Amino acid sequence: MRVFMTLLRRELASFFLSVTGYIIIAAVTLLNSLSFVVLMTNLGSDPSLMPVTEMFYRTYFFWLIVLLSTPVITMRLFALEKSSGTFETLMTTPVGDLPVVVAKFAAALIFYLTAWLPTLVCLLTVRHFTGQGGALDAGTVGGMYLGIFLTGGLFLSLGCFASALSRSQMAAAMISFVLGVSLFSLGFLAEALPVTAQWQSQALSYFGLFEQMHDFARGVVDTRTVVFYVSAIFFFLFLTLRAVESRRWK
Amino acid sequence: MSQIPMIEVSNLTKRYAGRTAVADISFTVGRGEIVGLLGPNGAGKSTTMRILSTFLPATSGTVRVAGFDVFRESVEVRRRIGFMPENNPLYPEMRVREYLKYRARLKGLGWRRSRERVATVMEQCGLTDVDRRIIGQLSKGYKQRVGLADALVHEPDLIILDEPTIGLDPNQIRSVRQLIKSLADRHTVLISTHILPEAEMMCSRMLILYAGEILAADTPENLQKLMQGSSPVVAEIAAPAEALRAAWAAMPGVLQFDVAASGGDFHRCTLTPRDGCDLRPEIFLLARERGWVLRELMRSRHSLEDVYVQVTQRNEEEEN
Repeated sequence: MRVFMTLLRRELASFFLSVTGYIIIAAVTLLNSLSFVVLMTNLGSDPSLMPVTEMFYRTYFFWLIVLLSTPVITMRLFALEKSSGTFETLMTTPVGDLPVVVAKFAAALIFYLTAWLPTLVCLLTVRHFTGQGGALDAGTVGGMYLGIFLTGGLFLSLGCFASALSRSQMAAAMISFVLGVSLFSLGFLAEALPVTAQWQSQALSYFGLFEQMHDFARGVVDTRTVVFYVSAIFFFLFLTLRAVESRRWK
Repeated sequence: MSQIPMIEVSNLTKRYAGRTAVADISFTVGRGEIVGLLGPNGAGKSTTMRILSTFLPATSGTVRVAGFDVFRESVEVRRRIGFMPENNPLYPEMRVREYLKYRARLKGLGWRRSRERVATVMEQCGLTDVDRRIIGQLSKGYKQRVGLADALVHEPDLIILDEPTIGLDPNQIRSVRQLIKSLADRHTVLISTHILPEAEMMCSRMLILYAGEILAADTPENLQKLMQGSSPVVAEIAAPAEALRAAWAAMPGVLQFDVAASGGDFHRCTLTPRDGCDLRPEIFLLARERGWVLRELMRSRHSLEDVYVQVTQRNEEEEN
Protein backbone atom coordinates (compact mmCIF):
# COMPACT_ATOMS: atom_id res chain seq x y z
CA MET A 1 0.00 0.00 0.00
CA ARG A 2 2.85 2.33 0.90
CA VAL A 3 4.47 1.64 -2.45
CA PHE A 4 1.13 2.12 -4.20
CA MET A 5 0.72 5.56 -2.64
CA THR A 6 4.26 6.48 -3.73
CA LEU A 7 3.47 5.44 -7.30
CA LEU A 8 0.12 7.21 -7.27
CA ARG A 9 1.64 10.44 -5.98
CA ARG A 10 4.28 10.39 -8.69
CA GLU A 11 1.70 9.73 -11.43
CA LEU A 12 -0.55 12.50 -10.16
CA ALA A 13 2.39 14.88 -10.02
CA SER A 14 3.22 14.15 -13.63
CA PHE A 15 -0.35 15.18 -14.56
CA PHE A 16 -0.73 18.19 -12.35
CA LEU A 17 2.82 19.53 -12.50
CA SER A 18 2.99 19.61 -16.27
CA VAL A 19 1.79 21.99 -18.93
CA THR A 20 0.04 19.23 -20.89
CA GLY A 21 -2.12 18.49 -17.87
CA TYR A 22 -3.42 22.03 -17.79
CA ILE A 23 -3.87 22.16 -21.56
CA ILE A 24 -6.14 19.12 -21.30
CA ILE A 25 -8.09 20.68 -18.43
CA ALA A 26 -8.42 23.93 -20.41
CA ALA A 27 -9.62 22.11 -23.52
CA VAL A 28 -12.18 20.10 -21.58
CA THR A 29 -13.41 23.25 -19.85
CA LEU A 30 -13.68 25.07 -23.17
CA LEU A 31 -15.80 22.32 -24.71
CA ASN A 32 -17.93 22.15 -21.59
CA SER A 33 -18.51 25.89 -21.67
CA LEU A 34 -19.54 25.73 -25.32
CA SER A 35 -21.94 22.99 -24.40
CA PHE A 36 -23.25 25.19 -21.60
CA VAL A 37 -23.79 28.11 -23.94
CA VAL A 38 -25.79 25.87 -26.28
CA LEU A 39 -27.81 24.68 -23.31
CA MET A 40 -28.53 28.23 -22.18
CA THR A 41 -29.65 29.26 -25.66
CA ASN A 42 -31.99 26.28 -25.86
CA LEU A 43 -33.42 26.93 -22.42
CA GLY A 44 -33.96 30.54 -23.31
CA SER A 45 -35.90 29.82 -26.49
CA ASP A 46 -38.32 27.13 -25.39
CA PRO A 47 -39.19 25.65 -22.03
CA SER A 48 -38.50 21.99 -21.42
CA LEU A 49 -39.58 19.32 -18.95
CA MET A 50 -36.22 17.60 -19.01
CA PRO A 51 -33.81 17.90 -16.10
CA VAL A 52 -30.96 20.22 -16.90
CA THR A 53 -28.40 17.44 -16.67
CA GLU A 54 -30.24 15.50 -19.34
CA MET A 55 -30.24 18.48 -21.64
CA PHE A 56 -26.55 18.75 -21.02
CA TYR A 57 -26.06 15.34 -22.54
CA ARG A 58 -28.44 15.77 -25.41
CA THR A 59 -25.62 17.65 -27.07
CA TYR A 60 -22.75 15.70 -28.59
CA PHE A 61 -20.21 17.76 -26.70
CA PHE A 62 -20.05 15.24 -23.90
CA TRP A 63 -18.97 12.39 -26.16
CA LEU A 64 -16.60 14.61 -28.05
CA ILE A 65 -14.87 15.38 -24.75
CA VAL A 66 -14.77 11.76 -23.61
CA LEU A 67 -13.54 10.36 -26.91
CA LEU A 68 -10.91 13.03 -27.45
CA SER A 69 -9.58 13.62 -23.96
CA THR A 70 -9.15 10.04 -22.74
CA PRO A 71 -6.56 8.99 -25.37
CA VAL A 72 -4.58 12.16 -24.69
CA ILE A 73 -4.67 11.56 -20.94
CA THR A 74 -3.61 7.93 -21.13
CA MET A 75 -1.19 7.90 -24.07
CA ARG A 76 1.73 8.93 -21.86
CA LEU A 77 1.24 6.36 -19.10
CA PHE A 78 3.31 3.44 -20.37
CA ALA A 79 4.47 4.55 -23.81
CA LEU A 80 6.56 7.42 -22.46
CA GLU A 81 8.24 5.25 -19.83
CA LYS A 82 9.01 2.65 -22.46
CA SER A 83 10.48 5.08 -24.94
CA SER A 84 12.55 6.97 -22.36
CA GLY A 85 13.77 3.77 -20.73
CA THR A 86 12.44 4.56 -17.25
CA PHE A 87 10.20 1.52 -17.64
CA GLU A 88 13.34 -0.52 -17.09
CA THR A 89 14.29 1.26 -13.88
CA LEU A 90 10.71 1.08 -12.67
CA MET A 91 10.26 -2.62 -13.36
CA THR A 92 13.56 -3.62 -11.79
CA THR A 93 12.53 -2.28 -8.40
CA PRO A 94 10.76 -4.75 -6.10
CA VAL A 95 7.38 -3.28 -7.13
CA GLY A 96 4.92 -5.71 -8.68
CA ASP A 97 3.25 -5.14 -12.05
CA LEU A 98 -0.23 -4.83 -10.52
CA PRO A 99 0.41 -1.76 -8.32
CA VAL A 100 2.03 -0.01 -11.29
CA VAL A 101 -0.98 -0.63 -13.54
CA VAL A 102 -3.53 0.30 -10.88
CA ALA A 103 -1.64 3.43 -9.82
CA LYS A 104 -1.41 4.68 -13.39
CA PHE A 105 -5.09 4.02 -14.02
CA ALA A 106 -6.15 5.61 -10.73
CA ALA A 107 -4.08 8.73 -11.40
CA ALA A 108 -5.58 9.08 -14.88
CA LEU A 109 -9.08 8.69 -13.44
CA ILE A 110 -8.49 11.28 -10.71
CA PHE A 111 -7.11 13.69 -13.28
CA TYR A 112 -10.06 13.08 -15.60
CA LEU A 113 -12.57 13.72 -12.83
CA THR A 114 -10.75 16.91 -11.89
CA ALA A 115 -11.09 18.12 -15.46
CA TRP A 116 -14.86 17.70 -15.09
CA LEU A 117 -15.13 19.64 -11.84
CA PRO A 118 -15.77 23.01 -13.55
CA THR A 119 -19.14 21.64 -14.76
CA LEU A 120 -20.33 21.97 -11.17
CA VAL A 121 -20.08 25.71 -11.62
CA CYS A 122 -22.35 25.48 -14.69
CA LEU A 123 -24.93 23.56 -12.70
CA LEU A 124 -24.78 25.99 -9.81
CA THR A 125 -25.20 28.89 -12.23
CA VAL A 126 -28.38 27.34 -13.63
CA ARG A 127 -29.69 26.76 -10.15
CA HIS A 128 -28.91 30.28 -9.07
CA PHE A 129 -30.53 32.01 -12.01
CA THR A 130 -33.55 29.81 -12.50
CA GLY A 131 -34.26 29.72 -8.81
CA GLN A 132 -35.82 26.32 -9.33
CA GLY A 133 -34.56 23.55 -7.10
CA GLY A 134 -36.54 21.06 -9.14
CA ALA A 135 -34.46 21.54 -12.25
CA LEU A 136 -31.53 20.03 -10.43
CA ASP A 137 -31.93 17.44 -7.75
CA ALA A 138 -29.35 15.34 -6.01
CA GLY A 139 -30.45 12.22 -7.90
CA THR A 140 -29.90 13.53 -11.39
CA VAL A 141 -26.67 15.29 -10.52
CA GLY A 142 -25.38 12.18 -8.74
CA GLY A 143 -26.41 10.03 -11.69
CA MET A 144 -24.67 12.32 -14.08
CA TYR A 145 -21.40 12.25 -12.18
CA LEU A 146 -21.63 8.49 -11.75
CA GLY A 147 -22.04 8.32 -15.52
CA ILE A 148 -19.03 10.55 -16.07
CA PHE A 149 -17.02 8.41 -13.66
CA LEU A 150 -17.99 5.11 -15.29
CA THR A 151 -17.64 6.14 -18.94
CA GLY A 152 -14.37 7.85 -18.07
CA GLY A 153 -13.13 4.72 -16.31
CA LEU A 154 -14.04 2.59 -19.29
CA PHE A 155 -12.29 4.74 -21.87
CA LEU A 156 -9.29 5.37 -19.61
CA SER A 157 -8.78 1.66 -18.99
CA LEU A 158 -8.95 1.19 -22.74
CA GLY A 159 -6.33 3.93 -23.10
CA CYS A 160 -4.09 2.29 -20.48
CA PHE A 161 -4.17 -0.89 -22.50
CA ALA A 162 -3.33 0.94 -25.73
CA SER A 163 -0.44 2.73 -24.03
CA ALA A 164 0.94 -0.53 -22.64
CA LEU A 165 0.99 -1.94 -26.16
CA SER A 166 3.15 0.73 -27.70
CA ARG A 167 6.42 2.59 -27.33
CA SER A 168 5.13 5.65 -29.11
CA GLN A 169 2.71 8.03 -27.46
CA MET A 170 1.22 8.93 -30.84
CA ALA A 171 0.53 5.31 -31.67
CA ALA A 172 -0.96 4.77 -28.20
CA ALA A 173 -3.30 7.72 -28.65
CA MET A 174 -4.40 6.51 -32.08
CA ILE A 175 -5.02 2.96 -30.92
CA SER A 176 -7.10 4.08 -27.99
CA PHE A 177 -9.01 6.60 -30.10
CA VAL A 178 -9.86 4.01 -32.75
CA LEU A 179 -10.82 1.40 -30.16
CA GLY A 180 -12.84 3.97 -28.24
CA VAL A 181 -14.76 5.19 -31.28
CA SER A 182 -15.46 1.61 -32.36
CA LEU A 183 -16.76 0.73 -28.92
CA PHE A 184 -18.93 3.83 -28.93
CA SER A 185 -20.33 3.04 -32.38
CA LEU A 186 -21.27 -0.52 -31.42
CA GLY A 187 -24.33 0.75 -29.59
CA PHE A 188 -25.70 2.39 -32.71
CA LEU A 189 -25.44 -0.91 -34.57
CA ALA A 190 -28.23 -2.28 -32.43
CA GLU A 191 -30.59 0.33 -33.83
CA ALA A 192 -29.45 -0.35 -37.38
CA LEU A 193 -30.13 -4.08 -37.13
CA PRO A 194 -33.44 -5.42 -38.48
CA VAL A 195 -36.13 -6.20 -35.90
CA THR A 196 -35.78 -9.94 -36.58
CA ALA A 197 -32.22 -10.00 -35.20
CA GLN A 198 -33.44 -10.47 -31.63
CA TRP A 199 -30.48 -11.63 -29.58
CA GLN A 200 -27.94 -9.71 -31.64
CA SER A 201 -29.57 -6.41 -30.94
CA GLN A 202 -30.06 -7.44 -27.31
CA ALA A 203 -26.31 -8.13 -26.99
CA LEU A 204 -25.34 -4.95 -28.79
CA SER A 205 -27.65 -2.83 -26.69
CA TYR A 206 -25.29 -3.46 -23.75
CA PHE A 207 -22.78 -1.42 -25.70
CA GLY A 208 -25.23 1.41 -26.21
CA LEU A 209 -23.03 3.81 -24.32
CA PHE A 210 -24.91 6.79 -25.66
CA GLU A 211 -28.29 5.60 -24.36
CA GLN A 212 -26.80 4.48 -21.05
CA MET A 213 -25.28 7.87 -20.43
CA HIS A 214 -28.60 9.39 -21.31
CA ASP A 215 -30.17 7.31 -18.54
CA PHE A 216 -27.52 8.36 -16.05
CA ALA A 217 -28.12 11.99 -16.89
CA ARG A 218 -31.85 11.51 -16.22
CA GLY A 219 -30.93 10.08 -12.84
CA VAL A 220 -31.76 6.50 -13.80
CA VAL A 221 -29.13 4.10 -12.53
CA ASP A 222 -29.52 0.60 -13.92
CA THR A 223 -27.52 -2.06 -12.10
CA ARG A 224 -26.92 -3.98 -15.31
CA THR A 225 -25.28 -0.94 -16.82
CA VAL A 226 -23.10 -0.37 -13.79
CA VAL A 227 -22.03 -4.00 -13.77
CA PHE A 228 -21.29 -3.78 -17.48
CA TYR A 229 -19.07 -0.73 -17.04
CA VAL A 230 -17.24 -2.05 -14.00
CA SER A 231 -16.53 -5.41 -15.62
CA ALA A 232 -15.37 -3.73 -18.82
CA ILE A 233 -12.96 -1.61 -16.77
CA PHE A 234 -11.63 -4.71 -15.03
CA PHE A 235 -11.32 -6.47 -18.37
CA PHE A 236 -9.20 -3.74 -19.93
CA LEU A 237 -7.05 -3.37 -16.81
CA PHE A 238 -6.48 -7.11 -16.90
CA LEU A 239 -5.38 -6.84 -20.53
CA THR A 240 -3.07 -3.97 -19.55
CA LEU A 241 -1.53 -6.08 -16.83
CA ARG A 242 -0.92 -8.90 -19.29
CA ALA A 243 0.64 -6.47 -21.76
CA VAL A 244 2.98 -5.20 -19.04
CA GLU A 245 3.89 -8.75 -18.04
CA SER A 246 4.39 -9.83 -21.63
CA ARG A 247 8.03 -8.74 -21.67
CA ARG A 248 8.71 -11.59 -19.27
CA TRP A 249 7.01 -14.21 -21.41
CA LYS A 250 9.45 -16.67 -22.85
CA MET B 1 25.36 -17.47 3.10
CA SER B 2 28.68 -15.93 2.18
CA GLN B 3 29.59 -19.16 0.38
CA ILE B 4 26.96 -18.49 -2.26
CA PRO B 5 28.43 -16.49 -5.13
CA MET B 6 26.77 -13.17 -5.88
CA ILE B 7 26.10 -14.00 -9.50
CA GLU B 8 25.88 -17.47 -10.92
CA VAL B 9 25.21 -17.70 -14.63
CA SER B 10 25.13 -21.10 -16.23
CA ASN B 11 24.51 -21.85 -19.89
CA LEU B 12 22.62 -18.64 -20.40
CA THR B 13 21.19 -18.18 -23.88
CA LYS B 14 18.99 -15.36 -25.09
CA ARG B 15 17.47 -15.36 -28.53
CA TYR B 16 15.44 -12.53 -29.95
CA ALA B 17 13.34 -13.26 -33.00
CA GLY B 18 15.85 -14.80 -35.36
CA ARG B 19 18.95 -13.47 -33.62
CA THR B 20 21.04 -14.90 -30.83
CA ALA B 21 22.16 -12.15 -28.50
CA VAL B 22 23.81 -14.31 -25.87
CA ALA B 23 24.97 -17.82 -26.68
CA ASP B 24 25.43 -20.30 -23.85
CA ILE B 25 27.58 -18.28 -21.49
CA SER B 26 28.53 -19.23 -17.94
CA PHE B 27 30.34 -17.28 -15.28
CA THR B 28 30.30 -16.59 -11.57
CA VAL B 29 31.02 -13.45 -9.64
CA GLY B 30 31.99 -13.64 -5.99
CA ARG B 31 31.02 -11.18 -3.29
CA GLY B 32 32.98 -7.94 -3.24
CA GLU B 33 34.37 -8.28 -6.74
CA ILE B 34 34.27 -5.55 -9.35
CA VAL B 35 33.81 -7.35 -12.61
CA GLY B 36 33.93 -5.70 -16.01
CA LEU B 37 31.86 -6.94 -18.90
CA LEU B 38 33.81 -5.89 -21.92
CA GLY B 39 32.99 -6.08 -25.55
CA PRO B 40 32.21 -4.16 -28.70
CA ASN B 41 28.71 -2.80 -29.28
CA GLY B 42 26.20 -5.55 -29.84
CA ALA B 43 28.25 -8.19 -28.07
CA GLY B 44 25.44 -9.01 -25.66
CA LYS B 45 26.49 -6.94 -22.65
CA SER B 46 23.22 -5.11 -22.19
CA THR B 47 21.16 -8.22 -22.78
CA THR B 48 23.10 -10.08 -20.11
CA MET B 49 22.57 -7.22 -17.69
CA ARG B 50 18.87 -6.97 -18.43
CA ILE B 51 18.47 -10.65 -17.70
CA LEU B 52 20.47 -10.31 -14.48
CA SER B 53 18.27 -7.42 -13.42
CA THR B 54 15.12 -9.54 -14.04
CA PHE B 55 13.86 -7.21 -16.76
CA LEU B 56 14.06 -9.82 -19.51
CA PRO B 57 13.64 -13.58 -19.27
CA ALA B 58 16.36 -15.90 -20.53
CA THR B 59 15.62 -18.23 -23.42
CA SER B 60 17.45 -21.02 -21.63
CA GLY B 61 19.95 -21.52 -18.85
CA THR B 62 19.78 -20.40 -15.25
CA VAL B 63 20.82 -17.17 -13.63
CA ARG B 64 21.02 -16.77 -9.89
CA VAL B 65 21.72 -13.65 -7.90
CA ALA B 66 22.66 -14.23 -4.26
CA GLY B 67 21.22 -17.71 -4.67
CA PHE B 68 17.83 -16.56 -5.98
CA ASP B 69 16.64 -17.45 -9.45
CA VAL B 70 16.09 -14.28 -11.47
CA PHE B 71 13.00 -15.64 -13.14
CA ARG B 72 11.19 -17.49 -10.39
CA GLU B 73 12.27 -15.38 -7.40
CA SER B 74 12.50 -12.10 -9.23
CA VAL B 75 11.24 -9.92 -6.36
CA GLU B 76 13.92 -11.29 -4.03
CA VAL B 77 16.52 -10.57 -6.68
CA ARG B 78 15.20 -7.07 -7.31
CA ARG B 79 15.47 -6.27 -3.60
CA ARG B 80 19.17 -7.03 -3.76
CA ILE B 81 20.23 -5.24 -6.92
CA GLY B 82 20.75 -1.66 -7.94
CA PHE B 83 20.51 -1.41 -11.70
CA MET B 84 21.47 1.51 -13.87
CA PRO B 85 20.41 0.72 -17.44
CA GLU B 86 22.07 1.92 -20.62
CA ASN B 87 21.68 5.67 -21.23
CA ASN B 88 20.69 6.15 -17.60
CA PRO B 89 16.97 6.90 -17.95
CA LEU B 90 15.56 9.39 -15.42
CA TYR B 91 12.41 11.46 -15.06
CA PRO B 92 13.55 14.83 -16.43
CA GLU B 93 10.75 16.81 -14.78
CA MET B 94 11.59 15.73 -11.23
CA ARG B 95 14.02 17.35 -8.82
CA VAL B 96 17.10 15.46 -7.71
CA ARG B 97 16.16 14.91 -4.08
CA GLU B 98 12.53 14.27 -4.97
CA TYR B 99 13.55 11.63 -7.52
CA LEU B 100 15.90 9.83 -5.17
CA LYS B 101 13.31 9.92 -2.42
CA TYR B 102 10.72 8.47 -4.79
CA ARG B 103 13.08 5.72 -5.86
CA ALA B 104 14.01 4.91 -2.27
CA ARG B 105 10.33 4.58 -1.33
CA LEU B 106 9.68 2.36 -4.36
CA LYS B 107 12.49 0.13 -3.24
CA GLY B 108 10.69 -0.38 0.04
CA LEU B 109 12.56 1.97 2.37
CA GLY B 110 10.51 3.56 5.12
CA TRP B 111 9.96 7.29 5.37
CA ARG B 112 12.73 8.01 7.86
CA ARG B 113 15.15 5.49 6.40
CA SER B 114 14.70 6.82 2.87
CA ARG B 115 15.43 10.34 4.11
CA GLU B 116 18.67 9.19 5.72
CA ARG B 117 19.75 7.12 2.77
CA VAL B 118 19.00 9.85 0.24
CA ALA B 119 21.13 12.26 2.25
CA THR B 120 23.94 9.70 2.41
CA VAL B 121 24.01 8.84 -1.27
CA MET B 122 23.74 12.47 -2.28
CA GLU B 123 26.79 13.15 -0.19
CA GLN B 124 28.56 10.09 -1.59
CA CYS B 125 27.83 11.03 -5.21
CA GLY B 126 28.49 14.74 -4.80
CA LEU B 127 24.92 15.83 -5.42
CA THR B 128 24.28 17.94 -2.33
CA ASP B 129 24.69 21.23 -4.18
CA VAL B 130 22.11 20.31 -6.85
CA ASP B 131 19.51 18.70 -4.60
CA ARG B 132 16.70 21.04 -5.64
CA ARG B 133 17.58 21.29 -9.32
CA ILE B 134 15.38 19.78 -12.01
CA ILE B 135 17.02 16.67 -13.41
CA GLY B 136 16.35 17.65 -17.03
CA GLN B 137 18.48 20.75 -16.60
CA LEU B 138 21.52 19.02 -15.10
CA SER B 139 24.72 18.36 -17.01
CA LYS B 140 25.33 14.84 -18.22
CA GLY B 141 27.90 14.19 -15.50
CA TYR B 142 25.43 15.11 -12.78
CA LYS B 143 22.68 13.04 -14.38
CA GLN B 144 25.01 10.08 -14.37
CA ARG B 145 25.63 10.61 -10.68
CA VAL B 146 21.90 10.78 -10.03
CA GLY B 147 21.61 7.40 -11.78
CA LEU B 148 24.39 6.01 -9.62
CA ALA B 149 22.87 7.44 -6.47
CA ASP B 150 19.61 5.75 -7.41
CA ALA B 151 21.38 2.41 -7.88
CA LEU B 152 22.95 2.79 -4.42
CA VAL B 153 20.09 4.21 -2.42
CA HIS B 154 18.74 0.95 -0.97
CA GLU B 155 22.21 -0.44 -0.20
CA PRO B 156 21.98 -3.34 -2.64
CA ASP B 157 24.39 -6.26 -2.47
CA LEU B 158 24.91 -6.14 -6.20
CA ILE B 159 25.20 -3.05 -8.37
CA ILE B 160 24.78 -3.47 -12.10
CA LEU B 161 25.91 -0.54 -14.21
CA ASP B 162 25.48 -0.54 -17.96
CA GLU B 163 28.00 1.79 -19.61
CA PRO B 164 28.15 4.21 -16.68
CA THR B 165 30.72 6.55 -18.22
CA ILE B 166 29.46 6.77 -21.77
CA GLY B 167 29.24 10.31 -23.13
CA LEU B 168 31.08 11.98 -20.25
CA ASP B 169 34.11 14.23 -20.52
CA PRO B 170 37.44 13.04 -19.10
CA ASN B 171 37.01 14.84 -15.78
CA GLN B 172 33.54 13.49 -15.27
CA ILE B 173 34.74 10.01 -16.21
CA ARG B 174 37.44 10.25 -13.60
CA SER B 175 35.05 11.22 -10.85
CA VAL B 176 32.49 8.56 -11.75
CA ARG B 177 35.26 6.00 -11.91
CA GLN B 178 36.53 6.96 -8.49
CA LEU B 179 33.02 6.70 -7.13
CA ILE B 180 32.62 3.19 -8.52
CA LYS B 181 35.96 2.12 -7.14
CA SER B 182 34.95 3.37 -3.72
CA LEU B 183 31.95 1.04 -3.76
CA ALA B 184 34.09 -2.06 -3.88
CA ASP B 185 34.42 -2.62 -0.16
CA ARG B 186 30.72 -2.91 0.52
CA HIS B 187 29.14 -3.99 -2.74
CA THR B 188 29.66 -6.35 -5.63
CA VAL B 189 29.78 -4.41 -8.86
CA LEU B 190 29.16 -5.62 -12.39
CA ILE B 191 29.95 -2.98 -14.93
CA SER B 192 29.82 -3.01 -18.70
CA THR B 193 31.97 -0.94 -20.96
CA HIS B 194 33.60 -0.96 -24.33
CA ILE B 195 36.42 1.27 -23.14
CA LEU B 196 39.41 -0.79 -22.14
CA PRO B 197 41.49 1.47 -19.95
CA GLU B 198 38.38 1.99 -17.90
CA ALA B 199 37.95 -1.69 -17.19
CA GLU B 200 41.66 -2.01 -16.62
CA MET B 201 41.55 0.65 -13.94
CA MET B 202 38.40 -0.32 -12.11
CA CYS B 203 37.89 -4.03 -12.35
CA SER B 204 39.38 -6.88 -10.41
CA ARG B 205 38.30 -9.26 -13.14
CA MET B 206 37.19 -8.90 -16.74
CA LEU B 207 34.98 -10.92 -19.02
CA ILE B 208 35.51 -10.26 -22.69
CA LEU B 209 32.27 -10.78 -24.55
CA TYR B 210 32.10 -11.02 -28.29
CA ALA B 211 29.09 -11.93 -30.44
CA GLY B 212 27.29 -13.35 -27.42
CA GLU B 213 30.15 -15.53 -26.21
CA ILE B 214 32.76 -15.15 -23.51
CA LEU B 215 36.17 -15.14 -25.17
CA ALA B 216 38.33 -14.56 -22.15
CA ALA B 217 37.79 -14.18 -18.44
CA ASP B 218 40.60 -13.23 -16.09
CA THR B 219 42.19 -10.45 -14.08
CA PRO B 220 43.56 -7.55 -16.12
CA GLU B 221 47.10 -8.61 -15.08
CA ASN B 222 46.66 -12.18 -16.24
CA LEU B 223 45.17 -11.10 -19.52
CA GLN B 224 48.27 -9.02 -20.04
CA LYS B 225 50.51 -11.92 -19.11
CA LEU B 226 48.73 -13.95 -21.70
CA MET B 227 50.29 -11.64 -24.23
CA GLN B 228 53.60 -10.90 -22.61
CA GLY B 229 55.19 -14.25 -23.35
CA SER B 230 55.84 -13.01 -26.82
CA SER B 231 56.14 -9.29 -26.23
CA PRO B 232 59.28 -7.85 -27.81
CA VAL B 233 62.22 -6.38 -25.92
CA VAL B 234 63.75 -3.14 -27.14
CA ALA B 235 67.39 -2.32 -26.44
CA GLU B 236 69.37 0.70 -27.60
CA ILE B 237 73.06 -0.07 -27.60
CA ALA B 238 76.11 1.79 -28.90
CA ALA B 239 77.87 -0.90 -30.91
CA PRO B 240 78.57 -1.75 -34.54
CA ALA B 241 75.50 -3.16 -36.28
CA GLU B 242 77.40 -6.25 -37.44
CA ALA B 243 78.52 -7.15 -33.94
CA LEU B 244 75.00 -6.73 -32.65
CA ARG B 245 73.50 -8.96 -35.35
CA ALA B 246 76.05 -11.63 -34.60
CA ALA B 247 75.38 -11.41 -30.86
CA TRP B 248 71.60 -11.74 -31.27
CA ALA B 249 71.93 -14.63 -33.68
CA ALA B 250 74.05 -16.41 -31.11
CA MET B 251 71.63 -15.81 -28.23
CA PRO B 252 69.41 -18.92 -27.84
CA GLY B 253 66.37 -17.09 -26.43
CA VAL B 254 65.96 -14.85 -29.44
CA LEU B 255 63.41 -15.87 -32.00
CA GLN B 256 63.61 -12.86 -34.29
CA PHE B 257 65.53 -9.62 -34.26
CA ASP B 258 65.73 -6.32 -36.03
CA VAL B 259 68.54 -3.79 -35.81
CA ALA B 260 68.07 -0.19 -36.91
CA ALA B 261 70.29 2.88 -36.65
CA SER B 262 69.11 5.28 -33.99
CA GLY B 263 71.41 8.32 -34.15
CA GLY B 264 75.13 8.46 -33.34
CA ASP B 265 76.66 5.10 -32.53
CA PHE B 266 73.43 3.75 -31.20
CA HIS B 267 71.35 1.04 -32.72
CA ARG B 268 67.83 0.19 -31.78
CA CYS B 269 67.36 -3.55 -31.54
CA THR B 270 63.94 -5.12 -31.36
CA LEU B 271 64.09 -8.71 -30.18
CA THR B 272 61.26 -11.17 -30.11
CA PRO B 273 61.88 -13.81 -27.43
CA ARG B 274 60.96 -17.45 -27.56
CA ASP B 275 57.98 -18.31 -25.36
CA GLY B 276 58.38 -17.41 -21.73
CA CYS B 277 61.97 -16.13 -22.03
CA ASP B 278 62.97 -12.90 -20.35
CA LEU B 279 65.84 -11.55 -22.46
CA ARG B 280 66.58 -8.44 -20.44
CA PRO B 281 69.18 -9.80 -17.95
CA GLU B 282 71.04 -11.52 -20.75
CA ILE B 283 71.20 -8.34 -22.78
CA PHE B 284 72.50 -6.40 -19.84
CA LEU B 285 75.17 -8.99 -19.10
CA LEU B 286 76.22 -9.04 -22.73
CA ALA B 287 76.54 -5.26 -22.87
CA ARG B 288 78.60 -5.20 -19.68
CA GLU B 289 80.87 -7.99 -20.88
CA ARG B 290 81.56 -6.30 -24.21
CA GLY B 291 81.75 -2.83 -22.70
CA TRP B 292 78.89 -1.51 -24.86
CA VAL B 293 76.92 1.46 -23.72
CA LEU B 294 73.30 0.56 -23.05
CA ARG B 295 70.98 3.56 -22.91
CA GLU B 296 67.58 1.90 -23.02
CA LEU B 297 66.27 -1.53 -22.20
CA MET B 298 62.57 -2.27 -22.00
CA ARG B 299 59.95 -4.83 -22.62
CA SER B 300 57.05 -3.31 -24.48
CA ARG B 301 54.03 -4.01 -22.36
CA HIS B 302 51.00 -5.10 -24.29
CA SER B 303 48.08 -3.07 -23.21
CA LEU B 304 44.75 -4.72 -22.74
CA GLU B 305 43.82 -3.05 -25.95
CA ASP B 306 46.07 -5.50 -27.77
CA VAL B 307 44.54 -8.41 -25.90
CA TYR B 308 41.12 -7.19 -26.78
CA VAL B 309 41.86 -6.55 -30.42
CA GLN B 310 43.69 -9.82 -30.75
CA VAL B 311 40.98 -11.86 -29.04
CA THR B 312 38.12 -10.28 -30.92
CA GLN B 313 39.86 -10.26 -34.27
CA ARG B 314 40.92 -13.83 -34.02
CA ASN B 315 37.27 -14.68 -33.84
CA GLU B 316 36.33 -12.55 -36.77
CA GLU B 317 38.94 -14.30 -38.86
CA GLU B 318 37.67 -17.69 -37.80
CA GLU B 319 34.22 -16.71 -38.89
CA ASN B 320 35.34 -15.59 -42.34
